[in-house]
Amino acid sequence: MTLTKSARSRRQYLRKLKSDAMVGLTVLATAIALVPLFLVLGYLASKGAASVNWNFFTKMPAPVGQSGGGMANAIVGTFELVGLACALGVPIGVAAGIYLAENRGGALAQAIRFSADVMMGVPTIVVGIFCYAIVVRPFGGFSTLAGAIALAVIMIPLVTRTAEEMILLVPHELREAALALGVPRWRTSLLIVARTAASGIATGVILAVARVAGETAPLLFTAFGNRFWSTSLFQPISSLTMQVYTYAISPFADWQRQAWAGALVLTAIVLALEIGVRWLTRGDAQVAR
Amino acid sequence: MADNKMSARDLRAYFHKVEALHGVSLGFAANRVTAIIGPSGCGKSTLVRCLNRMHEVVPGATCAGQVLLDGEDIYAPAIDPVQVRRRVGMVFQKPTPFPTMSIEDNVAAGLKLNGIAVSRAERDRIVEESLRRAALWEEVKDRLKRPGASLSGGQQQRLCVARALAVEPEVLLMDEPCSALDPISTARIEELLLELKENFTIIIVTHNMQQAARCSDFTAFLYAGNLIEFGETKQIFTTPARRETEDYITGRFG
Repeated sequence: MTLTKSARSRRQYLRKLKSDAMVGLTVLATAIALVPLFLVLGYLASKGAASVNWNFFTKMPAPVGQSGGGMANAIVGTFELVGLACALGVPIGVAAGIYLAENRGGALAQAIRFSADVMMGVPTIVVGIFCYAIVVRPFGGFSTLAGAIALAVIMIPLVTRTAEEMILLVPHELREAALALGVPRWRTSLLIVARTAASGIATGVILAVARVAGETAPLLFTAFGNRFWSTSLFQPISSLTMQVYTYAISPFADWQRQAWAGALVLTAIVLALEIGVRWLTRGDAQVAR
Repeated sequence: MADNKMSARDLRAYFHKVEALHGVSLGFAANRVTAIIGPSGCGKSTLVRCLNRMHEVVPGATCAGQVLLDGEDIYAPAIDPVQVRRRVGMVFQKPTPFPTMSIEDNVAAGLKLNGIAVSRAERDRIVEESLRRAALWEEVKDRLKRPGASLSGGQQQRLCVARALAVEPEVLLMDEPCSALDPISTARIEELLLELKENFTIIIVTHNMQQAARCSDFTAFLYAGNLIEFGETKQIFTTPARRETEDYITGRFG
């Protein structure tokens, strides 16, 4: 009896040891995975923070050879491009997502879903070239609109697929409850199903925004960049990403410092968006309860 | 026997090629409670869902035969299913308050979602009347702006009854409305049925034979997609004509 008891406690001890070792390994793996992240953020902050000042946000780029100046036009440009891309891409993406969720098995729906998945994997520079060919060339030049269209093309499949997933999470019973009240199907889809999924869809939109706000390649062929204020949708415009690119490869130390600052500001904007998503989904969890 | 508000004639329901109802014919008396009983999978829910054209909402689901509402076939080509559903309301097994809406918005949902414009006062009147009819008013009158999902399960189900009543249907279908509720909430819903039948024709699907015996006037026993027996509740439960009915209500199978 005592023997079996001690054998049992020995086995228990070994199992606990194994468990602790495994937990230790997973903690270690997590730490290793996080190291590059914090290195990037830390390096960015240490290099960029010094150049982030009031002038950086309010001043225009200084002429070549002069020091000082800022990226006011690029910051505004980023917001303008992303805002316009949302205006173009979000309605299309959400509508397509609703269509996919409502007609899950249809041949057209399957074709759309497949192409959305393929489009998500297309390198964004290809999207840039595509927009160069179908917008920039025929309409006579680089423009804000062309840049926004390129970003919208990247956003649409992302928004479509998240909207579809979120709408499919809405319980089937809610849809039936609305239909049984004599509500037509389109009103049910829009006012009950899409409305219930709204915070999830908003999350998807913000993630898509965060994604395109950091894009450079598709803008090089479309929005092109501009050292001045862009006063019209049909003129080239700058963005933080393109300005960072131009400044980073320049030979001037002052420009390189500003490139770091630009990268830091861009990261901060994207981080703020991601935190916004967290905040939204926290509300979501309460609804689901 | 009172006049039939609704009746099914040789009603057959299909899921893709599979026939789930094999030609059911029966009448539902006006201002009476008709219970539909039978074991799981016998077609009870399918039958009631055919009565307000909710069956066809499921992909691959179709039906054949006639369903008459005040003598008019609701499956006639000129009939809009949306109009049928406004006249024949439905309460489901699981309470389904709309999660984005407050208690009062839930009740008024049928009006709002259908784009029926009513004055603020009229809307408040409809909300109060519907909640009173559903025996929920006293419990929620001080928190009409709270989310519908904040109520207990039994209250949520009565909220769904109020929501269905707010669009002034003529017939109310209830698909096992008490199966997710505790006995006290169940008793409240059963009391409610007796009050509601003054103004509405009620058809209730139930697994619970005591429930059918307690609160219905007529009972239909369905088995494997066939209507086995239909008659006054008292007769069905005391002197069933068919052997299968007797076996089922005495708990010998099902």
